[in-house]
Amino acid sequence: MFDKEITIVLSGEAGQGLNTIESLLMKLLTKSGKHAFLSKEFMSRVRGGNNTTEIRISSDSIYAFVDKIDLLIVLGQNGIIRMEKRLTADTIIIGEIANIPQKYAEMGCRIIPVDFNAILGDLTVGIFLNNYIFGMLTGLLSCDIEIAQSLIRNHFLAKGEEIIAKNLTAFQRGVDFLGGMAIPISIKTDTAVTTKITLSGTEAISIGAIAGGCNFIAAYPMSPSTGVLVNLAKWSSEYGIAVEQAEDEISAINMMLGAWYAGARAMVTTSGGGFALMTEGMSLAGCIESPAVIHLAQRPGPATGLPTRTEQGDLNLALYAGHGDFPRIIYTPGNIEDAIMLSSKAFEMADQYQVPVILLTDQYFLDSIGMTDKINFTESTAANHIIETTPDYNRYDMTPSGISPRGIPGCGEGLVCVDSDEHTENGRITEDFDVRTDMVDKRMRKLTEYVDVEPELIGNKDYSILIIGWGSTFGAICEALKRMNRDDIAFAYFKQVYPIPKITRQLMSQAKIIISVENNATGQFANLLKMETLIDIPKKILKYNGMPFSVEELINKITGAISI
Amino acid sequence: MKTRFDYAEIHDTAWCPGCGNMLLLKILREALEELQLEPTKVVIASGIGQAAKMPQYLKLNFFNGLHGRALPAATAIKMVNPELTVIAEGGDGDMYGEGGNHFLHAVRRNPNITHLVHNNMVYGLTQGQASPTSRKGFVTPIQTAGVINEPLNPLTLAIALGATFVARAFVGKQDETREVIKQAIQHHGYALIDIFDPCVSFNKLNTFKWYTENTYVIDSSYDPADKMNAYKKASEESPFPLGILYKSDTGPTFEEQLAVYETDKTSLYRRQRNSDVLNKLINTF
Repeated sequence: MFDKEITIVLSGEAGQGLNTIESLLMKLLTKSGKHAFLSKEFMSRVRGGNNTTEIRISSDSIYAFVDKIDLLIVLGQNGIIRMEKRLTADTIIIGEIANIPQKYAEMGCRIIPVDFNAILGDLTVGIFLNNYIFGMLTGLLSCDIEIAQSLIRNHFLAKGEEIIAKNLTAFQRGVDFLGGMAIPISIKTDTAVTTKITLSGTEAISIGAIAGGCNFIAAYPMSPSTGVLVNLAKWSSEYGIAVEQAEDEISAINMMLGAWYAGARAMVTTSGGGFALMTEGMSLAGCIESPAVIHLAQRPGPATGLPTRTEQGDLNLALYAGHGDFPRIIYTPGNIEDAIMLSSKAFEMADQYQVPVILLTDQYFLDSIGMTDKINFTESTAANHIIETTPDYNRYDMTPSGISPRGIPGCGEGLVCVDSDEHTENGRITEDFDVRTDMVDKRMRKLTEYVDVEPELIGNKDYSILIIGWGSTFGAICEALKRMNRDDIAFAYFKQVYPIPKITRQLMSQAKIIISVENNATGQFANLLKMETLIDIPKKILKYNGMPFSVEELINKITGAISI
Repeated sequence: MKTRFDYAEIHDTAWCPGCGNMLLLKILREALEELQLEPTKVVIASGIGQAAKMPQYLKLNFFNGLHGRALPAATAIKMVNPELTVIAEGGDGDMYGEGGNHFLHAVRRNPNITHLVHNNMVYGLTQGQASPTSRKGFVTPIQTAGVINEPLNPLTLAIALGATFVARAFVGKQDETREVIKQAIQHHGYALIDIFDPCVSFNKLNTFKWYTENTYVIDSSYDPADKMNAYKKASEESPFPLGILYKSDTGPTFEEQLAVYETDKTSLYRRQRNSDVLNKLINTF
């Protein structure tokens, strides 16, 4: 009996159209009052291979990936082999019998055979399988059928009545099929969920950008960062965003800086390889004191690495990209709410402090779909930090804060001169050593008044064991600790990894044992913390095979780390 | 001639005595003045190198960015504020070497900007290496047996890519150069001028004398609207033709076709943010 939660995995091939039903299903679950979380892993190919989507439904809020599969829906020949280690004798497997070798029945799994061709009959499997599965899950999870039907209708609205009708038929057959299967699922609903919104990490970053006033994006497509460019292009006319697919990442970042110079709030979105090409542009932002927002969506490197997989391996790149000394801010959202908030804040902080701000995410985070409370943006729309210039305007006016009022060309009586060479207060090239020193000092003091986004402490304040994590490990660490249910462990969730929040040393000093959890091979954040706080973190839980941490895996590893 | 673009505080420039850039500085100031442009409404985006220092000695707005990257910055500036007159300026190494890819794609985009490339067929600031436009056989400290590579022809390249204003000038011909610059700025769309501009320190082959002897001004009977003929003309070398080699109606420019200006022509920087539309968006999730 699944009464607390269930984990369902759809295992198919690229090109089967399952993406379509993922967001529909998550919307349906929300409207039906079910806590849910969806994550994906997929191969770097357009067709075939084996891609899986994990959907967890729970009576309580969840935000993590787990290994154990309760229900596996096999949608292709390769659908089961890679999942083998995650199956138990309790797993239910649905699929075409030809795709489910006998050994799984012998393992004790309950096999429910289904002949998609026969059931869909007149409806082409390749086109309508997705809504058939949608129907299956709707029935299985006792979701509201009428809501599901209206979601389908809205989604296919542009395709005409015939297509809608066929999809609804396929959906209904899915609902009917599982009706008689007696799979005991009764996860209680929570009406509080029905008012939530459901969106992917990519959507959260995109909406946050618009909330932050983003009206310009230039980018070169690169997984897993491209979704943000796609969203802003989709919303270009309606929300007033200039969009350009640049010829390369170097062009993209220089366009972004040109756009800020002319008065836009601009961003780039890229992944490690692309950002590596942008590093000189980072440095330019530092020298001309331009605001900049860089969405750096991590995937495993070095080089091309695993293009469609996840990792937190680019923290060092984000920290050190760009020659010379200049300040920067790095945000690492770990849930949908923080992604919206920090993506928006990135524009505000970049503009206010005239520094580059990096939003560091990863594939797992961006492709996951989670829930968050609805946000009202009325209060959060900020004004630009731009002044109208006077004839004697100096772009690099030497101020105590280091922040010089920023003008833009054509707005006022002054001239706006920015220079990648070392420059005087009016932006002209200089080789004066005193001016040079003053300018470096001015740039370096800009963040003095900046207020940290502090790490969130989750768990008992009187902890003796502190888990440190940042970004997308948030959900898995939270759930692992919840399941472990110990009152001596707390989790410091860092959503700003640079500058190191001032409170960090104090948080670390309290713990007898500190464990860092990172999706990379060397513990990049732990090493940064050691450098900045002089506190060593010898216990590191690291993973770098291209997959995110699962909850079970973290429980094992944390338990192990504590007991040594 | 005194102009509104004279920058009073120049005590000395970073250029060598006799540098062609001095002449071009004067020509450019005069061209901008004759067009009656306002210094506050003109932006020069430039890269790195001796040519790219041009805006340092002018009274106007400038974005003196990275080596090779003036065009992306210039394009974006025009996208955000189409009310500005935007010029991208740099040398042959900057624009055709380091920034070669941006050159290709700037032409394809066709933003309403003017692209001024000082072409001296050598790298000056790095002290005398070959540039993409160096002639074959040109001996340098690196190309010790002479340049092997074919020189890049920016004019035929631009015409082939669909540019609608392609010209060549020589700073030794001041009046003609000023006129071409004025027409380029007035052209509705991307306009390229490859400007012969001798380096007196590092190019002892392509000197003022050499350029004078190896160029000629195309006469008034030349029809710059004939694309195939323009391509042929732009291929001519020794002597190199000077003037507007190709010019045609450009149609809508890059920035004019952006979805963001489809219904609202207001420059991006002037627009107010509206949280209502954002709440409408969030309600769709």
